Amino acid sequence: MSAMTPSKPYRNHLLRPGNTNCAGCGMSVGLQFLDEALGDEMPVLVIPSSCGIVTAGAFPTSGYGAPTAATTFASSPAVASGISAVTNMNDIDNPVICWAGDGGTYDIGMATLSAAAERNEDIIYICYDNEIYGNTGGQRSGATPIGSVTSTTPQGKSERKKDIMSIMAAHRIPYAATLSIGHRKDFLRKVRYARSVKGFRFLLMLSPCPTGWKSEPDQSTELIELAVRSGLFPLYEIFDGRRYRINFRPDDTDVSTYTKQQRRFRKVWGDTGDLQAFIDAQWQYLDGMATVFPAKEPGTPGTKVERL
Amino acid sequence: MSRMLATGDHVAGHALAMAGEANRDARGCCAGAYPITPQTEIIEYLSAYNFTKGRIVLVESEHSAMGVCMGAALAGGRTFTASSSNGLAYMTENIFAAGFYRLPTVMLAVNRTLGPPWNIWVDQGDSLMMRDAAWLQFYCDSHQDLFDTVLMSFRVAEDPRVMLPVIVALDGFVTSHTQMVVDFPTQEQVDNFLPPCVVPHHLKHNHPTTMGGMTFPNETEHHRFEIQQSMENVITVLEEARDEFEEIFGRRPAGVMETFETGDADMILVACNTMARTLRNVVRERRAKGEKIGMIRTKLFRPFPRRELLQAIGGAAKVGVLDRNHSPGSGGIFWQEIATTLQGGPDILLQDYLVGLGGGDVTPENINAIIDDLQRRETASDPQWKDTTK
Repeated sequence: MSAMTPSKPYRNHLLRPGNTNCAGCGMSVGLQFLDEALGDEMPVLVIPSSCGIVTAGAFPTSGYGAPTAATTFASSPAVASGISAVTNMNDIDNPVICWAGDGGTYDIGMATLSAAAERNEDIIYICYDNEIYGNTGGQRSGATPIGSVTSTTPQGKSERKKDIMSIMAAHRIPYAATLSIGHRKDFLRKVRYARSVKGFRFLLMLSPCPTGWKSEPDQSTELIELAVRSGLFPLYEIFDGRRYRINFRPDDTDVSTYTKQQRRFRKVWGDTGDLQAFIDAQWQYLDGMATVFPAKEPGTPGTKVERL
Repeated sequence: MSRMLATGDHVAGHALAMAGEANRDARGCCAGAYPITPQTEIIEYLSAYNFTKGRIVLVESEHSAMGVCMGAALAGGRTFTASSSNGLAYMTENIFAAGFYRLPTVMLAVNRTLGPPWNIWVDQGDSLMMRDAAWLQFYCDSHQDLFDTVLMSFRVAEDPRVMLPVIVALDGFVTSHTQMVVDFPTQEQVDNFLPPCVVPHHLKHNHPTTMGGMTFPNETEHHRFEIQQSMENVITVLEEARDEFEEIFGRRPAGVMETFETGDADMILVACNTMARTLRNVVRERRAKGEKIGMIRTKLFRPFPRRELLQAIGGAAKVGVLDRNHSPGSGGIFWQEIATTLQGGPDILLQDYLVGLGGGDVTPENINAIIDDLQRRETASDPQWKDTTK
């Protein structure tokens, strides 16, 4: 867990006590890391219909210690565009942050997200990706990995997960990166870098959902570490949509150590051939991009490329 | 003040722009904009306008256009947009959200038939579809009426006693793409008429508030009740605004409705938008022949001005409604509202006529045939279609 910033009143922490998150929810860690990265700065949160807004709890209390707008499912990037348009013209510098699930990002919000990225709106968009429609009880989304059982794919999903990072990179946005709740320093650095640049920034966080993943709540952080180490969830950054930097290379962790701890993979269990093929193809692509289009040097911002 | 010839869409665009510009010393203005025939010229006009403090966000759909308006209003800006027909249908979810968020956005609805089959001509079914969305609705019969109504709409929408969004409807092509002479005020006059936009519940930076989170049934019911109470304030606020409008601009804008020859009429016809102008001419002609006929142009549709309507109908024995819209399985939507208004009241023969659906012309001949039909009638029947009254 993140160290609380002492100077900040307790009520102003991004995620407050009394929020309704399930035990082991990736959001709880993610929001606290986000809070720690922003320090005393209070963002404006824009949250579409999702578990993320249920987190707030019921009126008149709120689990969020920041001004927060609950939007319709597909609208968070559009609403955030309106907010940032007005705050920018009034010289208000607080970052406008969309906090959306994978359903709101990969599926129903795709057109809105793409358009806001194309306009290069001054927004940080964070997708907490739990790979299902968690709020409705765990149905398949475009982010659900191959083989995973959901309430609408009882035999396991037969299609692969959508490559949202490549889609966002193709918009040539200033910054896109993946976030792991098992790699705190990397997480904080990326959020701080995102905060330091203008324009549309996209951050993808793999977010454990013990309820939907059928995993143990106390294993959430470890699961994400395994996802990173097995190569299933690569940690990398894309600058200006063109320059790639890989932050961690997978070790010899077998992806079955990840799947075996989650009953959503019960149709697959140790038979992870499809997932391994996905991982191999993903890394072939990533390595290729990072070799041909490398970001300048580790630890410094990527090479600035003209937006074409 | 300048007098100019302009199309309905440009008149609407100019009114929105002047209202947006009038907020330059406050938090500015912002619109989400997306094209659809026949309102496209409005957003083109806005996109070309040189705002001192404003931004037109050119989005990828009507749904996002309203999303941007909601965000900008939640940040405290003055907001507006325009749409039509299937665009309004696509925007519907966020239209309701803006209403229930109580954000004082002003939207031009250039009435166009909902497809399929695809048809770009006028029909009021698109804006009337939004009747339950917690938006005010005004209908305009001319270019000057349109300009004045847009300015009045910001004034009423942003009044703390109302704090609800407004749809201003005009006829596709018949108004949007024809030209009429309009008196445009100076920016200074508009500045005087429109105080700085204050959205009391906008998100204050560095101040944690969650807008639009979960509520339980009792709070939700109370929220709807408060909206109803605000709707009931609209006519008072509107009348005050008319007085001030007249003081600043030197002409009195239309209020909740306009009546013509209703005083001693034993038969009254009701219509809105440009149809009402044709109707007025027909009524004038038949009055000249000694027939006691009057008319009402409905302008404010939400809230529906029941008391004012009953007053205007007075002692008339028969009321005929011209509906350029159709709710399949029921009838015209204005007719439904008027039937509700008359329910429990005096014994009046109320007959609905569905006319000009899909943009068909509503000619003096059509209206004369309707009047003849209504005169012959001893009882009301199901809503009559235009062909059946020829």
